[in-house]
Amino acid sequence: MGAPTSTGSGGDTGTDPATETDEPTGPATAPSASRRSASVRAASWSAGLTVVLVAVVLASATIGPVSLSIPVVAKAALNAVAVPTGVTLTAASVGLGGATATVPVPDLTYTYLFSFPVDGTAETIVRSIRLPRIALGVVVGVALASAGTVMQGFFRNPMADPSIVGVSSGAAVGAVATIALSLSIPFGIQGAAFAGALVTAFVVYLVATENGRTPVATLLLAGVAVQTFLGAVVSYLLLQAGESIEQALYWLMGRLHTATWSDVEVTLPVAAVCLVVVLVYTRDLNVLLLGEEDAHTLGIEVERTKRILLAVSSIATAAAVAVAGVIGFVGLVVPHMLRLVVGPDHRVLLPTSAIAGGAFLVAADTVARAGPAELPVGIVTAALGAPFFLYLLVTREVHSL
Amino acid sequence: MSDAPLVDVRDIVAGYGDESVLDGVSLSVERGEFVGLVGPNGAGKTTLLQTINGVLEPDGGQVLVDGVAVHDLSSRAASRRVATVPQDTTVAFEFPVEAVVEMGRTPHRGRFSGDPDGREAIERALDRTDTARFRERPVGSLSGGERQRVVLARALAQATPALVLDEPTASLDVNHQVRTLELVRALTREGKGALAAIHDLDLAARFCDRLAVLADGDVRAVGPPEEVLTGERVATAFDTPAAVVPSPVTGAPTVTPLSHPGPDGDADHWLGHEHGHDSRDDVGRDTGHDPEAVDLQVHVAGAGTAAARTVATLAAAGATVTAGVVPEGGLAASVAREHGVETVEASPFEPVDAATEAAARDHLVAADVAVLAGDLPPSLRALVRDHDAVVRVTDRGTGRGQTGNVEGAANGVETTSGEGTGSAEATGSADEFRVDSHTTPARVAETVRQVAERPAPADD
Repeated sequence: MGAPTSTGSGGDTGTDPATETDEPTGPATAPSASRRSASVRAASWSAGLTVVLVAVVLASATIGPVSLSIPVVAKAALNAVAVPTGVTLTAASVGLGGATATVPVPDLTYTYLFSFPVDGTAETIVRSIRLPRIALGVVVGVALASAGTVMQGFFRNPMADPSIVGVSSGAAVGAVATIALSLSIPFGIQGAAFAGALVTAFVVYLVATENGRTPVATLLLAGVAVQTFLGAVVSYLLLQAGESIEQALYWLMGRLHTATWSDVEVTLPVAAVCLVVVLVYTRDLNVLLLGEEDAHTLGIEVERTKRILLAVSSIATAAAVAVAGVIGFVGLVVPHMLRLVVGPDHRVLLPTSAIAGGAFLVAADTVARAGPAELPVGIVTAALGAPFFLYLLVTREVHSL
Repeated sequence: MSDAPLVDVRDIVAGYGDESVLDGVSLSVERGEFVGLVGPNGAGKTTLLQTINGVLEPDGGQVLVDGVAVHDLSSRAASRRVATVPQDTTVAFEFPVEAVVEMGRTPHRGRFSGDPDGREAIERALDRTDTARFRERPVGSLSGGERQRVVLARALAQATPALVLDEPTASLDVNHQVRTLELVRALTREGKGALAAIHDLDLAARFCDRLAVLADGDVRAVGPPEEVLTGERVATAFDTPAAVVPSPVTGAPTVTPLSHPGPDGDADHWLGHEHGHDSRDDVGRDTGHDPEAVDLQVHVAGAGTAAARTVATLAAAGATVTAGVVPEGGLAASVAREHGVETVEASPFEPVDAATEAAARDHLVAADVAVLAGDLPPSLRALVRDHDAVVRVTDRGTGRGQTGNVEGAANGVETTSGEGTGSAEATGSADEFRVDSHTTPARVAETVRQVAERPAPADD
């Protein structure tokens, strides 16, 4: 892969003596170099980070009560690679309150691309136990990190994270209410969490919007207020939870250990679509960093763009927390780390943050399950992420976006 | 369509929330024309620019650019007609210069089709603004002047017929102010129409084809700088007396604000701010008079800003002012003329003849108080100092002339005893009051009155 060159590390160019002495570059060479830069840098950094992600995935799959070698894991993992080749609709009965209804649910048929000979037990361990969890970790990490990148750019605030408009709190209320009150609703805890997340984000948006304008400062404050209120609701629900309090607490701490392939099947398409949409808006995000007024004079439909970005990143976050619970810090720290490395240009920052988020969450989850007692991954991401972030803060400049 | 002005602002009413800022503003900018928007802070300059570039929806009226109402257009279409150089050019992010300039192409770029003309427009904009040599550097590492040019390059890359600039020179040094405005003027010569809010009246007068004076939400005057900038109009718009004289170098009108005839409370504030509350400062206040009213005949001799300010202040305070000898065609003379003050003028570079001196002497004899402000030839200075009541106005700000007296002005007012110092400056009157022309009008007026009320010194 093309290793990023010194011009590639945008965050460093200010202090890099090489670039400074380079200043009177002839007009013949400079344009081609910089014209390439954004797309080439995005591609090379993404390729590099994808290699890291694959390495993390494989390494993670070798770790567990039964130690497996990398080649075994690699073969078993490749055997699990499948592409959907057909859709059939099957009827599923859904219960709501007392009533049940039958709804058609799309059921995909898959074709597997590889079939390496692998020991049966090892294949089962990798494919049925470790890989769904790892795959879900990748999807959730990608969703949270890309949503976090968008939110930080959108709010022009380094403290913004994917939950800033109350998405996580809303999901928590939905999930904890379902657990604590033993509610029976369609799609269970995940459905309730997803619905709670989106309803909350929408309410925050409505509260902060006046005359078709949504000032980000108001949005941020409304988000904080709603989060505080919902935090109180969650605490109250926990008091009412009785014996199910442990399940509720585990959900709140964020965990991947219940992951199944069907979780991946539901979350992956949502996260993928959201990622594609925000990738289309990376230039707009760059221009929005100049301030909304400037963005308007540069031809951005500011309010419409804000609505789209807010909606898409809220949906991505909601999909992630619905299956994994509240996993903090990935969406806050990963974009900052990448911004230090690749610079503020969202055309490079967004794809790289997304991939790095996946790798980071899988690594953190591996730590969470490698110990003698399994920890909720939310604890690990915060415990690893916070000190690392503090280290960056002290040694490098993370004072702004 | 080409006969219509490029930017046609029609009867715009605009504001923020319930607060109305613009109240029926009309203004036009032609192709190839550089129009300067001047006016005091809060007059609505930025608001007007925002209604032109489409950021602010007006409550009434409309803005036509190229014959099309801007507010009916999408942000994208409007941004292809009007480019904006914002007031705050601090781009807090480490984008390289070229990336910032490239953002100017946003309104021309299709989300999926790209921007075929983009590269050429960006290169031209970088060249034109002389920013190509630091294209790779992060904007944050540039100086204010360089950053201003980058933002200007961004606006050029937008390839619009109209250019709107909000205080493009506000944070720049003299060199960069001139370079920026020269560039804008050159761009208008190539066919763009530009409207710029400019604080510095002298710069605005020098570079703009026309000026529009905006005050209290309305355009007070529009026209060539020399017609629009008169002392009276500046005084009304900016609420401060001012002298307007053509610059000997550029010929453009230059504006010198004189002093602010604010309420006494205001003056106290300034005084406390500048000098602290020296107990001596309060002595004159115990007289119980309106400190600004001066019902006296005062003769002012001197030159420069100190004399001009003093004449304006005393005339405003109601004193009967005479002036002379003041240099012909100077600031003091023009201010005196503006206030209808009877003035004795003399050519600045020649010895004062006997007739002129006699005329000045007549005024002096008639005056209750003589004021010496700024430079004066020694013979005339001696003449003034023969008067019983002399106030000396020093010009601390420039330190011109009065070298021996500058330190005495540090406290605003100082009484020096003239006895036995042997200094040529101090001979003549027994007590000499000094006041710094940069203190406040109230202080100057008060000192003059104080000197007049003081018992006549016994001659020794």
